[in-house]
Amino acid sequence: MSTHASRAAARLMISPSVILLFLWMAVPLGMTLWFSFQRYNLLMPGQTGFVGFQNYEYFLTDPAFFTALWNTLFLVGGVLLITIIGGMLLALLLDQAIFGQGIVRVLVIAPFFVMPTVSALVWKNFFFNPVSGIFAYIANFFGFPAYDFLAQAPLLSITLIVAWQWLPFATLILLTALQSLDSEQLEAAEMDGASIFSRFIYIMVPHLSRAATVVILIQTIFLLSTFAEILVTTNGGPGNASTTLTYLVYVQSLLQFDVGGGAAGGIVAVILANIVAIFLMRMIGKNLET
Amino acid sequence: MARKISNRRKIIMTVLAWSIGFLIFFPILWTIILSFKTEGDAIKTPLQVLSSHWTFESYALVQERSNYFRHFMNSVIISFGSVILALVIGIPSAWAMAFVPGKGTKNVLMWMLSTKMMPAVGVLIPIYLMFRDWGLLDTRTGLIIVLCLMNLPIVIWMLYTYFKEIPSEILEAARMDGAGLRSEILYVLTPMAVPGIASTLLLNVILSWNEAFWTLNLTAAKAAPLTAFIAAYSSPEGLFYAKLSAASTLAIAPILILGWFSQKQLVRGLTFGAVK
Repeated sequence: MSTHASRAAARLMISPSVILLFLWMAVPLGMTLWFSFQRYNLLMPGQTGFVGFQNYEYFLTDPAFFTALWNTLFLVGGVLLITIIGGMLLALLLDQAIFGQGIVRVLVIAPFFVMPTVSALVWKNFFFNPVSGIFAYIANFFGFPAYDFLAQAPLLSITLIVAWQWLPFATLILLTALQSLDSEQLEAAEMDGASIFSRFIYIMVPHLSRAATVVILIQTIFLLSTFAEILVTTNGGPGNASTTLTYLVYVQSLLQFDVGGGAAGGIVAVILANIVAIFLMRMIGKNLET
Repeated sequence: MARKISNRRKIIMTVLAWSIGFLIFFPILWTIILSFKTEGDAIKTPLQVLSSHWTFESYALVQERSNYFRHFMNSVIISFGSVILALVIGIPSAWAMAFVPGKGTKNVLMWMLSTKMMPAVGVLIPIYLMFRDWGLLDTRTGLIIVLCLMNLPIVIWMLYTYFKEIPSEILEAARMDGAGLRSEILYVLTPMAVPGIASTLLLNVILSWNEAFWTLNLTAAKAAPLTAFIAAYSSPEGLFYAKLSAASTLAIAPILILGWFSQKQLVRGLTFGAVK
């Protein structure tokens, strides 16, 4: 039983992290909110002042915002689609009895540990390059003209790179969930004459759906912040073709020095991320009680 | 009844799994191969690349031209520094919440997690301006602070789930045997907590090592870790495939090795206990 003294000691032990995290979250976020209502451009130091919702108005009516919003949805949706379907298939495959299972597992998981700038540059130069890339070589080998991935389909190419990085994560979590499935249940269903297909639909899918939801939510949080992959491959271009919301805010704040406009964009990004976060938190919270 | 798995099925599955595993790993493998070639050979067709001669030349060049070792050490100092700092702050907190849980513990945990959900761009400007005014731009100290705070929620969560698994009966037994608080912590709890702390360290070092938002935005030449250093290859001059490969191989090799040890922790650390 915890005494009064130990309760006080516990509070003392918890407070440093609470205070630090509070400062880390509240102060900068408050400043962003404050800037978002100001006219504040680092290139025009004299002209500052309260402008109400003007920054939001400019940001939300800028055609670049809609392009960026669509690009963000495409990137996040595309990566989720590839990683969930691919991860499910890979998890089912890795769950089979195979020779050298441990080594295959290591090969599949490896991309997750490659830093984003490396994986983006490796794909950009060694695979997507229309002259010396491997894809160009394969295309030429079969008599097709080489395709300039990053110029003609920049967003799709970045989606593929990011999907390659996150496929291991989805696979690993779905595999973990699959392995916690009660094998007796499956055997019983098999004895009762259930086909492989109906065993998959009625036993595995319901069991995996929870893990898949977790994958979707966590990946969404991380994918909304995709940055390095865009910076080193296309710089958001050509034009705005591969600019996401995160990248747009970066361009506006650190390249155009428009602090007010960038801050408004940052707040919009925070609101969007929070919508996803609420669902994720609810799932994790439920789990904490059991 | 044990299920009989036919050998044929096992062989087919093995071939399939190995092929897919090879394809997924191939970009990494190819980077490693190119790193042992000369620049002239590295841009040839795949078959010519494989048959050309092998050399360590690119590794020497990368170090010689850009002082690679310095950026490597930046990565080491920043990732380990930030995680160790986070452990120093986080261990007492996680400890207290696991062993002396109060009514508010769950809310505190959830709130800490919610700070992790905040997208970095939302605070990019204030952090950038503060760093500029305080002279923290392009310093290792600045990055250690930011990455420490970024990973602190994950650190506390992971530690909390590990500490939670230490049975409290053991503590009671130790107390019955007359152990004081000091020896209780030193001889009973610490040995049981070490594996959890080590796993937390491992996963978070990996995450910090690969972090590529703050490292790219807050550093220039001096404090740049490998993520930022390698980003400079996005607009290079002349032939650079072999050098990029050598720099990349050295940057990912340590983490690939650490990563192999941390598969289990990965699931636990990044799903916050929602998948076991």
